[in-house]
Amino acid sequence: METLEQIKARAEAAVPGAILGILLNSSPSAQHSLVVDNEHALAVAGFLRDDPQLRLDYLSNATGVDWLDREVKESNITRQVVDGVERDIEVTSVRVVPGYLEAVYHLYSMELRHGPVILRLRTGNRSDLVQIPSLTPLWRGAEFQEREIYDLYGIQFTGHPDLRRILMWDGFEDHPMRKDYVDPDDFEYEPTPHDEVLERAARHYPTTK
Amino acid sequence: MDEQLRHELGRQGIFVTTLEELYNWGRKNSLWPLGFGLACCAIEMIATSMARFDLARFGAEVFRPSPRQADLMIVAGTVTKKMAPQVVRLYNQMAEPKYVIAMGACAISGGPFKQGYNVLKGIDRYLPVDVHIPGCPPRPEALLDAFMALQQKIAQQSLTGEHRPRHLRADVPGEFPVPVFGAHDLQPPSNPQVWSAPQMRRGEGA
Repeated sequence: METLEQIKARAEAAVPGAILGILLNSSPSAQHSLVVDNEHALAVAGFLRDDPQLRLDYLSNATGVDWLDREVKESNITRQVVDGVERDIEVTSVRVVPGYLEAVYHLYSMELRHGPVILRLRTGNRSDLVQIPSLTPLWRGAEFQEREIYDLYGIQFTGHPDLRRILMWDGFEDHPMRKDYVDPDDFEYEPTPHDEVLERAARHYPTTK
Repeated sequence: MDEQLRHELGRQGIFVTTLEELYNWGRKNSLWPLGFGLACCAIEMIATSMARFDLARFGAEVFRPSPRQADLMIVAGTVTKKMAPQVVRLYNQMAEPKYVIAMGACAISGGPFKQGYNVLKGIDRYLPVDVHIPGCPPRPEALLDAFMALQQKIAQQSLTGEHRPRHLRADVPGEFPVPVFGAHDLQPPSNPQVWSAPQMRRGEGA
């Protein structure tokens, strides 16, 4: 199979306007992935599936990732005049990089026996801009997995034929796999608490010491 | 009746019993379990009913597909919060007298999945459990032991007086409230009629 860079170049040529990025994986597996913008995601995915050299006809796995807001510290050294003396002043600023939700697709080719090509789609943020295009119209196998991502992470897949919760019940409001999910505290009875559970159980069991 | 005298009469070919004993003897030897399983414990339950372990020796081989015909519910496996209302509803549909065996770590406490957001931390939060079996999963011998414990419990039930079983008391309901799906958890999270958190204090030492 061609390298990811070659795939990226050909996909950009085939889908005009598509913004693609390569996300490097520094682990020994070196499974780098292709980040696709939402507007052209369906067209790029269609290219990956139908291109005669790629023929990625099999979606083996779709999953979600929750990236929280993170703070980035930046320090700039500027030259300023303090008390008549010119000095280097270090100014530290904290910038908040907004978090987002991500759907990751692993694509293989049954016909040409190669893969995987990893595709990542990202939402605008974690609260209201959570729409990304569904790839179910291209790979039918994505249907239940996208429903699971919707259920557990709260990503809205536009164009999904039947986007309902699949594991939790319909009236459930949370998304349990999000990192800021707080699950109901039902640790009233905990015979062998340890670590995190010990803290939660301690609220129910007052100690005498 | 004096046990010695009864034994002596038995040797002479005279069988003496009480209505209570006869009634309980009949009940304890024809426990019909409800045929349903929730997880891997159900595989052990099925093995218990097959030839090698032979649940038929205890008169309990007739797994009924309908709660109306069953009088024993074996909660075999992880009870998810999504499944819990259905389990309680099935129990309510069973006719009295009815009993519950909570089989395996999950059914008694949530087991290895206890910290999961979707797992009920023990079916005894909603149902009156008669016998708890620990194990992950419990072997068929453990289930047979639970059966024998339940049989003993039934044999010792007195049909009159203060401590008569629930099905002989008009004032105690045989149905339990079915929890409803809430926005964050089941509502109510447990039934205070049957379950309250054990009062234990940590750090007091033995």
